[in-house]
Amino acid sequence: MPSLIDMRRRIRAVKNTQQITKAMKMVAASKLRRAQERVVATRPFAKQAKHVLASISARVDQTKHPLLVQRDGVKTGKTMLIVLSSDRGLCGSFNTNIVKAVGQFLRDNPGREVSLGLVGKKGREALGRRGFPIRFEYTALPKVIGFAEAEAVAAPAIEDFINGKVDSVHLVYNEFKSVIAQKLVVEQLLPMAPIEVEKDAAAGIEYLYEPSPQQIFDELLPRLVEAQVLRALLESSAAEHAARMTAMDAATRNSAEMIEGLTLTMNKVRQAAITREIIEVVSGAQAQ
Amino acid sequence: MRLEFVTPERLIAHEEVDELQLPGEEGSLGVLPGHTPMLVALKVGEMWYRKGSEKFFGYVGFGFAEILPDRVTILARIAEKADDIDLQRAEAAKRRAEEQLAEVKRSGNEADYERARLALLRAITRLQVSQHARRR
Repeated sequence: MPSLIDMRRRIRAVKNTQQITKAMKMVAASKLRRAQERVVATRPFAKQAKHVLASISARVDQTKHPLLVQRDGVKTGKTMLIVLSSDRGLCGSFNTNIVKAVGQFLRDNPGREVSLGLVGKKGREALGRRGFPIRFEYTALPKVIGFAEAEAVAAPAIEDFINGKVDSVHLVYNEFKSVIAQKLVVEQLLPMAPIEVEKDAAAGIEYLYEPSPQQIFDELLPRLVEAQVLRALLESSAAEHAARMTAMDAATRNSAEMIEGLTLTMNKVRQAAITREIIEVVSGAQAQ
Repeated sequence: MRLEFVTPERLIAHEEVDELQLPGEEGSLGVLPGHTPMLVALKVGEMWYRKGSEKFFGYVGFGFAEILPDRVTILARIAEKADDIDLQRAEAAKRRAEEQLAEVKRSGNEADYERARLALLRAITRLQVSQHARRR
C-alpha cells in the first residue's frame, strides 16, 4: 500500500502536468487561429498571379520555360522531396505521419534517386541519417513564417531543377483540414503544371507590356512556385498547431482521469488507515 | 477603379481608388481610370493611391501590376502600407547596409556589393515612404 503522503505528492504532480498541458492547448488554439488566417491570406496572391499568367500565356512560348519543362524523368527519374515537419514535439502523430508518408513515397517509387530537403528539426532527426543525400536543411523557423522563408526553401529546389540535377520536386506536408484531422499531402512542385491559356473575354485584351511579356512571364513563374511553398509552410504550421491542440486536449483529459483514479485510491488508503486506528483503539480498550 | 494590392503573405488593400502611382521598372507611372490595359514589372519604390482627396502611401519591393481600364492588380513580392513600416527596423537596416557597403569597398566583392546596395535601397525607400506619408 502506498503511503498517504506519496499519494498526495503523486496527485499534485499530475495536477501540475495537467495545468501545463491545458496551457499548451490554449496557446496552440490561439496560434492555430492566427495560422489559419495566414493560410487564407495567401489565397488572393495565388489567384491573381495565376490570372495574370493565364492572360499572358498565350503570348509566350510556355514549353521553353525551364520551370515548366516536362523531362522524361518526371515520373521515374531523380526527384527531390521537400519534407515539412515541425521544430517542436508534443504534437501527436504530426511528425510520425510525415515520416511515414516519405517511406510510402519511397516504396511506391522504388529505384528512384531521391534527395531530401528537410524543413523542421523533427524531420531532420527522423530522416537525416537514413543515407539519402540531404540537399538542404532548414530548422528553427521563425514564429511568423513569411515570404522570405518560402524563398529560402524554394531556392535550392528551383536551382537543382533548372540545372537538371533533379527531374522533379515534390512537397510532403500536413495540410490543415480541421482541428482534429490533418491531411497528408504529397504534391508536385516542379515542373509546374502547365498554365492554362485563358480563353474568355479577358484574354482578348491587347496589353502593353513593360518589359516584354516573356520577361514578365519568366519573373512571375518562380514567384508562383514560392507562393506554393509558402502556402505549404503555412498549412503545415496550422496543422501542427491543430495537432498539438488535439494532443494536449487528450493529455489534459487523461490526466483528469488519472487524478480521479488516484484520488479514489488515496481516499481508500485514508479510510483504511482510519479504520485500522479505530480497531487498534477499540481492541486496546477491550484488552484492559 | 478597383485596386487589388496583394503580396504572397497577405492582402494589403482591396478598395475603390481614383488615382494611383506605381514604381515601374522602367520609370514611375500614374494610372487613372480608363487606362489602357498594361502589364508592368515593378521595382523597389514608393507607390501611392488617392481616394477622393485622401492620399495613401505604400512601399513596394519588386512585383507586377496588371492595369485594366477599371481595375488594377498589384502583385508585389514585398509590400507595406506606410503605417505598417517599422521605422526603427528600417533605420537599423540602413545603417547595416551602409556598413556593409563600406566593407565591400575594401574587399571589392561584386555579389556582396549588389546585396548591400539593394538592402540600402530598400531601407531608404521605406524611410522615404513613411516620411511622405507623414508630411501629407
